[in-house]
Amino acid sequence: MANRIPRVPVREQDPAIRATNFEEVCYGYNLEEATLEASRCLHCKKPRCVAACPVGINIPGFIAALHEGDLRGAADIIANDSSLPSICGRVCPQESQCEGSCVLGVKGEPVAIGKLERFVGDWKLDNAPETVEEIPHNGKKVAIIGSGPSGLACASDLAKAGYEVKIFEALHKVGGVLVYGIPEFRLPKDKIVAREIDSLRRLGVEIETDVIAGRTVTIDSLMNEEGYDAVFIGSGAGLPRFMGIPGENYNGVVSANEFLTRANLMHAYDGEYDTPIYVGQRVVVVGGGNVAMDAVRTAKRLGANATIVYRRSEKELPARQEEVHHAKEEGIEFKMLNNPVEVIGDEKGWVKAVRCIRMELGEPDASGRRRPVEVEGSEFEIPCDVVIMALGTSPNPLIAATTDGLETDRRGCIVANEEGVTTRKGVFAGGDAVTGAATVILAMGAGRKAAKAIDQYIKEGK
Amino acid sequence: MYAILEKKCLAEGIWLMKIEAPRVAHSAKPGQFIIVRVDEHGERIPLTISDFDPAEGSVTIVTQTIGASTRKLCAKEVGDSIADFAGPLGHPSEFVKCDLEELKKRRYIFIAGGVGTAPVYPQVKWLHEHGVQADVIIGAKNRDMLIYTEKMKAVAGNLYIATDDGSEGFKGLVTQLLEKLIAEGKEYDECVAIGPMIMMKFVALTTKKYNLKTTVSLNTLMVDGTGMCGACRVTVGGKIRFTCVDGPEFDGHEVDFNEAMRRQGMYKTQEQRAAAIAAEHAAGHECRIGLDK
Repeated sequence: MANRIPRVPVREQDPAIRATNFEEVCYGYNLEEATLEASRCLHCKKPRCVAACPVGINIPGFIAALHEGDLRGAADIIANDSSLPSICGRVCPQESQCEGSCVLGVKGEPVAIGKLERFVGDWKLDNAPETVEEIPHNGKKVAIIGSGPSGLACASDLAKAGYEVKIFEALHKVGGVLVYGIPEFRLPKDKIVAREIDSLRRLGVEIETDVIAGRTVTIDSLMNEEGYDAVFIGSGAGLPRFMGIPGENYNGVVSANEFLTRANLMHAYDGEYDTPIYVGQRVVVVGGGNVAMDAVRTAKRLGANATIVYRRSEKELPARQEEVHHAKEEGIEFKMLNNPVEVIGDEKGWVKAVRCIRMELGEPDASGRRRPVEVEGSEFEIPCDVVIMALGTSPNPLIAATTDGLETDRRGCIVANEEGVTTRKGVFAGGDAVTGAATVILAMGAGRKAAKAIDQYIKEGK
Repeated sequence: MYAILEKKCLAEGIWLMKIEAPRVAHSAKPGQFIIVRVDEHGERIPLTISDFDPAEGSVTIVTQTIGASTRKLCAKEVGDSIADFAGPLGHPSEFVKCDLEELKKRRYIFIAGGVGTAPVYPQVKWLHEHGVQADVIIGAKNRDMLIYTEKMKAVAGNLYIATDDGSEGFKGLVTQLLEKLIAEGKEYDECVAIGPMIMMKFVALTTKKYNLKTTVSLNTLMVDGTGMCGACRVTVGGKIRFTCVDGPEFDGHEVDFNEAMRRQGMYKTQEQRAAAIAAEHAAGHECRIGLDK
């Protein structure tokens, strides 16, 4: 019988303190808290949470094992469907997936599935590293392009199936968006990401950094010269979008990708590192997704007065609820229903303000969200030193442009089916390179599906 | 890690380094660049390739010490290694893909300024190896700052030198020398200019008068160099382009150089401001000249 108690609160760093450091915001549950929270699950006959999980994790199953104190069992149940529980438990948009469909959420608060997944994932990293039995090699080689969530997941499954797997990463550090994009305060790099990658290495997966597919090597050179039987492309999202408004090239206008890469990958916030970063006194971040929240909270931590400008209302913010909540706690200002129309510079070409126009919501658009419409004559200026554009990305052309027979769609994304099969024989793809910017869990899921398809392709030779 | 195979001082503050990087050497073409990161704490610095040898598996870069990071790189010695050496990046020069017979009819003038002389070399060398004789102008402050003159002489058609003080060759700017050559009856179909942004700007302005097609190689700010960050964006023909994936070579007559030069200085100014503020604070007084504003 389920325990009818309120959701067990999770311990977090004090907002006033954490807004000045880069340490993880959320401490997560301890065993006692996790066991108590696990007792709330109703174990529905038809669990809606499982249906709402992009990779279909047996959620009631792992929660039951956790409740009984069988942590290894819980970890094994998750591992059937997810290879990165510590990461997904931290960054999945649970409120629109598993927790959003939890029956308990109808009248009260849903089970904290994300926090429980995180607890089990972290326990596994601490206590039960991937057991490496001698995996018999099947003599086949697979190359993985990109070491983000889809590449890591694909590599892991293929290595376990006996393939010789090598990941090629363009940057100097392994992890893709997990290291250059998502900030330390949301996803600790050494504590979590590096250890997930270590367990991959223990499976025998090789990783070569500084290799840019489409430049250093091509899909053809990997298959024809280096003898790979198949290639998986998980190269990620691509080029940052800008608004196309006047003044966008003034000094002080940067993409969220640049800002976050300087902070996360290059450690610009740490005086020991050489890469510079500029925040000035006041930062305006344009956009409402997770990347916008990451950028604005990073700017805050670097000492700036930080504001979000978003053209729709708060209800439409695509970011995870928890990130919006945390951002508000940290003192981020939210200017909803405003859209920049021009960046204003000083006489030396540095940003001094952003001119916005007020918006109101009209009829629903193709995305089902009410379309923002400009309120005529409502322009106003927000003085600022830095404007960060967090407007999404468009696909990176490097691989498609250098690979014959690899089709892309109208937007430039690689065309692949549900299994990750592309239009080029032996070449598979998944994650943001196929879907455009999406989530870690979807990318991970796509990587695993592609691993299955690659295995089938190589075994059946088609 | 990438081993340093050779190191040479070419002029004051200008160093040549040959790096062991077989994959880059194997794929490199004239006009492309690489990104180096000296050590764990280093910046990612984009540098144009000055030579490459696929057989030896080596790539040569030439660096001028202009900031903390380039000084750190140039302090490394033969036998040391650098943490990262990624590339080749960007598009190769356009002529690499041209029809050879067509190419042989084209009369090229290369204009190389300062440390920009080094990346001109593999282009002229490639043309030379494919039977195209290109003329080259090398410009420098004075005789001591000239680099690559001997190597260039071996692969160029005519080699012309310009120095600001006249200590070698023509006394004056590369643009003045170009105008002199044209006045003397030299005819060219295409100009390629690589050097400081300000030089490329004035070369483009000069060649515009003669309707001479001009290609420039931009050395913008970059972080990843693979299209991800957008720090390298420039306005070319009124459109935003990314130097790393769309360039680094662009039509010089279309580039907004004033914007590009301003953007290049974005973090330089920051470093100077930060240093000035730190100095002020260290001196124990509040900033009164508004540097911290």
